[in-house]
Formats: sequence, C-alpha cells, structure tokens
Amino acid sequence: MDLALKPEHKAFADDVRAFARANLSPATKAKTFSGKHYDKDDHIQWQKALGRQGWLAYTWPKKYGGPGWDVTQRFLFENVLAEEGAPRIIPFGPKMVGPVIYTFGSDEQKERFLPGIRSSEVSWCQGYSEPGAGSDLASLRTKAVREGDHYIVNGQKTWTSFAHWGDWIFCLVRTSPEAKAQEGISFLLIDMKTPGVTVRPIVMLDGAHHVNDVFLDNVKVPVANRIGKEGEGWTCAKFLLANERLGIAEVPSSKRGVRSLRDIARAEPANGATLADDPAFTAQIADLDLQVQALEMSELRALSTMALGGAPGPEVSSLKIRGSEIQQRITELTMEAVGEYAAPYQPGMLFQDTNETPVGPDHAPPAAPRYFNFRKTSIYGGSNEIQKNIVSKMVLGL
Amino acid sequence: MDLSLSDEQKQLQDAAERFVRDKYAFENRRKIAATEKGWLTENWAQMAELGWLGMAFSEEDGGYGGGPIETMIVMEQFGKGLVLEPFLPTVVLGGGMIAKAGSKAQKEALLPPMIEGKKQFAFAWLERQSRYNLADVSLKATKEGNGWSLSGHKGVVYNAPSADHIIVLARTSGSAREEKGLTLFVVDAKAKGITRRDYPTQDALRASELTFDKVSVGADAVLGKVDDAFGVVEDAVDHAIVALCAEATGCMDAINAATLEYIKTRKQFGVPIGKFQVLQHRMVDCFTNAQEARSMTLMASLKIDDKDSVVRRKAASGAKVQIGKSGKFCGQSAVQMHGGMGVTDELSVSHYFKRLTMIDLMFGNQQHHLTRYSNLAMAA
Repeated sequence: MDLALKPEHKAFADDVRAFARANLSPATKAKTFSGKHYDKDDHIQWQKALGRQGWLAYTWPKKYGGPGWDVTQRFLFENVLAEEGAPRIIPFGPKMVGPVIYTFGSDEQKERFLPGIRSSEVSWCQGYSEPGAGSDLASLRTKAVREGDHYIVNGQKTWTSFAHWGDWIFCLVRTSPEAKAQEGISFLLIDMKTPGVTVRPIVMLDGAHHVNDVFLDNVKVPVANRIGKEGEGWTCAKFLLANERLGIAEVPSSKRGVRSLRDIARAEPANGATLADDPAFTAQIADLDLQVQALEMSELRALSTMALGGAPGPEVSSLKIRGSEIQQRITELTMEAVGEYAAPYQPGMLFQDTNETPVGPDHAPPAAPRYFNFRKTSIYGGSNEIQKNIVSKMVLGL
Repeated sequence: MDLSLSDEQKQLQDAAERFVRDKYAFENRRKIAATEKGWLTENWAQMAELGWLGMAFSEEDGGYGGGPIETMIVMEQFGKGLVLEPFLPTVVLGGGMIAKAGSKAQKEALLPPMIEGKKQFAFAWLERQSRYNLADVSLKATKEGNGWSLSGHKGVVYNAPSADHIIVLARTSGSAREEKGLTLFVVDAKAKGITRRDYPTQDALRASELTFDKVSVGADAVLGKVDDAFGVVEDAVDHAIVALCAEATGCMDAINAATLEYIKTRKQFGVPIGKFQVLQHRMVDCFTNAQEARSMTLMASLKIDDKDSVVRRKAASGAKVQIGKSGKFCGQSAVQMHGGMGVTDELSVSHYFKRLTMIDLMFGNQQHHLTRYSNLAMAA
C-alpha cells in the first residue's frame, strides 16, 4: 500500500494539466471560479475537446473506445480537471447511458450510440423521475405499448436536467402493466426530435433553469431502441444508479470549494483584519476540510475495490450522503463568509455574460444562490433518506 | 407572571392575520414582489389606517402607547405572509431611533407623518468592511459652517429606493471601529451628492448601495448627540433583531404547516410519506425548533425595554442565536421533505427558506450573536 504517486502517474497528471490549459476556454474557466452558470457551449466545446483526445468517456474500457485507465489515473484526471476549473462532464452520456449500452446493449446498439457519446456530438438526458415517482422510482407510470416494430410511449418525466439541450433521452417506461412494479419496466432510448416530445422548463429557487418536465405524447419509438430485454429495464436502472451515486460525491469540486472558501476568508474584512483571522470561522473550514479528506479516502477505497473487478456496491450510498452534505456545507459557509453582502440578488452575474459589476465583492453574487440551489444535492440521484434505507438494508441487513 | 395576550393585543393579532390572508396569498405576494418598488402603497396606507405604524410609539410622540409585544404580534403575521412593505426599516429602526434620540422638533417633523404613512425611512449603517460590527464606520461627517458635510459609502441599505429620509451613521471623530465618535444624521433621500445603486435582494426586498459625495446637511440634521450615537444605534438594532425574530417565527410556522400538509398528502411506496418514521421525527424536530424560536422571541420581546442594557443585549443576541438555528433547521428540512418541489421557485416553501436564510445574515448571524452573548454572559 502506498499513497505516493509513481513517476508515471506524475507524468500523467502533468499531461492532463497541459491538456486542460491548452483546451479549456478562459471564459469557461472564469465562470468556474466565479460561480457563474455555464451555458451549453461552455460544456459542449470542452467535452468535444476531451472527446477528440479520447478522454471524455474516461471510465470506459479500451474495448469500447475508452482510455482503459486505472483507478489512480481516473482519480488524477478528475482532480486535475477540477483544479484547472473545468466544468464537470455532463454525466448522462459518458457516465450513465454509455456504460448501460456497452454492458446490456447489442453490438448494433453499441456501434450506433457509443461513438456519439465518446465525442460529445450527441447530448443525452435522463428520463427517470415522474411527478408520482420520485424516491419510489419503481412506481413510474410512463407507458410503452408495443405496436409492431414500435412502442407508443405516453407519460411525463420530470426533473430532467438539460432536457432543453438534449438530443436523446434514456427513459424507464412501463411495458407490462400487469407485472410487479419493478418487473414490467423497460429501458428505452428516445430521439428528442420525435413528434410528441415536449420540454417545459422548471425554474429553480435561485432563478436558474437546468431541469425540465418532459412530456411524451404518443411518441413512436423503434423497438430497436430498447436496451436489454423487455421487462428487464430495472436491472439497467440499478446499474446506472450505482454509477451515478459514485460520481455524485463530487470530491474534486469540494476540494476546490474548500480552497476557494479559504481564499474568500482571506479576502473578507472583519474587525480591521480578515475573516481568516477569526479562529471560530477558520475552525469550521478545517472541519470541512477533514470531512472532505475522509470522503476522498472512502471513495478511493471503493474505487480500488472496483479496480479488482468488483462492482460499486450499496456502500457507495454512504459516499453520496456525505458528498452531498459536504457540498451543501461549503456553500453555506461561503455565504456566511460573505455576510450581509450575500443579500443583493444579481441574476445578470449568474446566468449571462454581462458588463454588470458586482454590488459587493466579486465572490458575493453567487454565494446565496449556490447555497439555495445546492439543497438539491441531498434530494437528487435518490434522496439521502433513500440512500440511508439502502445502506441499512443492503449493507447492515436491518 | 402572565404570558397571555390582552384583548386589544388579540384584536391586533386577528387584524394582522386578516391582512395577511387578504393581501398576501402566495401568488399575490409574487405580483407585489415584481412591481417596480416591491411593495404596495395601498397596503402601506392600510397599515397606517389600522394604527400599526404608530402602535409602538408613545402618545406624546403621536402614537398609541404600545411596545415590543405589539411589534412582535404584527411582525409574526408579516412573517407568515412574507410581507414586503418596509415596516422594519421605517417604523422599527427609523421611527425607533427618532423617538429615542430625536429633538422635539425632529419628532414633530418626522413621527406624525410616518405614523400616517406619509414618510418612510432607511437606516444606512453597513459599509463594505463592517461585517456585523456596528462601530466599524468610516463614512465621514466633517464640520462645514454651521452644518456638516458627509462623504463615504454605505451598503445594503434596505428600503433606500423608497425612503424619504436616510438615517446615516457617520464618523465624526475617533478611529476606525471606536464606539465613541459616531453620529447619526437624518438626510433627505434626494439630497445633492447622494448616488444610489438599487437592486432586489435574494428575498425580494429592495436595497441600495449609497455613495455620499460632500452631502451638505444643517446642524439640525444631527439625531441625538454628536459623537455619541453608538448606544442609540445598538439599542435600535437590538429592537430590530427582536422584531426580525418575530417575523422568523411566523415564517417557521408557515413553512412547517406547508411541510406537514405536504407529507400528509404526498404518496410514495403506496402511503403518504408522513407515514415514514424518519420524516415523522424530522417533522417533530421542526415543530420543537419553532416552539423554541417562539419562546426566545417572546422572552426577548419582554426584556428588550429592560432598564439594564446587559439584559437587553443578552435578550436580543440570545433570541437571534435561536432564530438562526431554528430557521436553518426548519428551512432546510422543509426543502428536503418537499423533495424536488422544495427547490423550485413555484412553491412558497423556497421563498420562506430564502427569507429565513437572509434573516440569519441580518445584523449578525447565529455565530456572531453566540459570541456576543457569550462575552456578555462571561463579563457578568
């Protein structure tokens, strides 16, 4: 066992850093460090650059066009990119549906869909939750009725991140109303341009628009777009959710968050000195810092199990719980560091490129909106209550 | 000891409840927030007519002889409706400081029109470097003939866009952060040399950054004694804190009620999610937190006019700590138990959550007031 990096891994990290510096647009990078929202171009241009390098699908094995990296390389890749201020890779293609397709799809489906995911030519979104099926995902009611070579799909998906940018959506649909909840579900890939697909924005509490309702009204989907057998969609769903929960811990961005919190403390005036001179405040940052270290080490342990051939088990739910709480705490402390200057609401400084200047310090405009917005992290990807149920049942046997 | 409301106080509570029910249904509130000035003239006129703008002032000052309990009653209902009219900056802070420190002439010129709903105030104390230190003031007032000249910057001045007068905390002597050497000035909001940058706040109020460039005022603009404003300001802010605590208890009642209703009706796994013990216990903790908040607010409202300034300051800080803690717990829990719906703009829950969050940051957050309370308690 050894925590120190081998020379070849150091060289690898240098390569990733050089790549990021050469390919990440300065405007995008600036948004990361100022807490501004990215637009579609920020994401897609960066992801296409990664795709050209063969790094977008960085968790994939070589066999399917991935780089076939080991656990250490993935860890370094994620960390270096976060340090360099790269936007997170939108996970729906490369981290979610991609692995489902190469694990459960036919050769024809792999050939058809994987290249567009690897290159970021095709943007994906996720059709899981419904108005009546959130935590209880298996109660979903979107119906797919077989008619010859097609399914006719009717229903509504909700909380669909980036549906307004998506070319394709992967959906859980009910193909057999008679079967028990989890058994009548199939996994379908739907082209968003198909007639009958409508996207409606949902505005979040900070004014942001990332998530949407997606309405499916007599949408005709070829049977060839079903992954796996009919009625076996739940297997794909569970596989995908376990992968989702691993990435959702967001350790690299939390490390960046702690660093930036310390910078803000150094910049924030307090009683003739700065907040960095207030031991009551810096102790709270230190506490967070240590929580991030514990989370990172736990994630590394989970990854090293996976490297030995194991699948991510139910224990990754613990990572999701702690990861979301840590992200929330970072935003909370950042807002508290800003104090009363967190009050001015400047949407122009969050969503658009404007010449508007911040009312307070540069780091102030996103502070409160991020705190508000990040309450979602303990809700999405399976709420933390659900994650705790998983750990108590599957890990502890309670 | 008697902790029950008098008949008059009950009537006041009923009237405030009715006002919120009639004027502040959630979709109405959204419309009011979207108007240019962010509050309604007709609502302000109604508050004046109902006597709320004068209830906490002595009859001598043109008021109706009430006090902090009356303020508490009304602010609590305002919290339930997320009321946007500028009661706190105008009546509690502005009116409060004028009543406390004003000359006979100042009181006569300013209080009756305020009580009639014809004058509004804003209190400019914060500066970029101040954080929560009321004495960290660098805006300078220098003698100019018989009067004064004000230069410097003030930030996050609530209600500045609508105010007729800005009450400005300025340094007239002493060094940075010294309590001695501070003076209050009542300045015409349209005075030459004031520039304003207006903006909405996270919780849909209006505030401004104000720059003072050699703003000339007469000697009669001084509110209270030159160099000696700190005590007046601290006391006014402590009164404002207690009023904010009452508003926060109203917010907590409303957000808890909405959450309770939601978990009784939202079904997952074939049952209302309120059947799950983990949510039941969290809901109980919300209820308990709101009870503690109400208790500390009542205690502070009863002590905030105490003769002993240590008692007053401890009461305000103690209540603010509780409100910070309970407000955060109830706000975060309400959002969590509402799931995705909780983080949308669509439901009222997120709006109460934002207001509770901003209340914690106003005039010192939980941590700040814990330290202040601790220092006062250790010194005793």
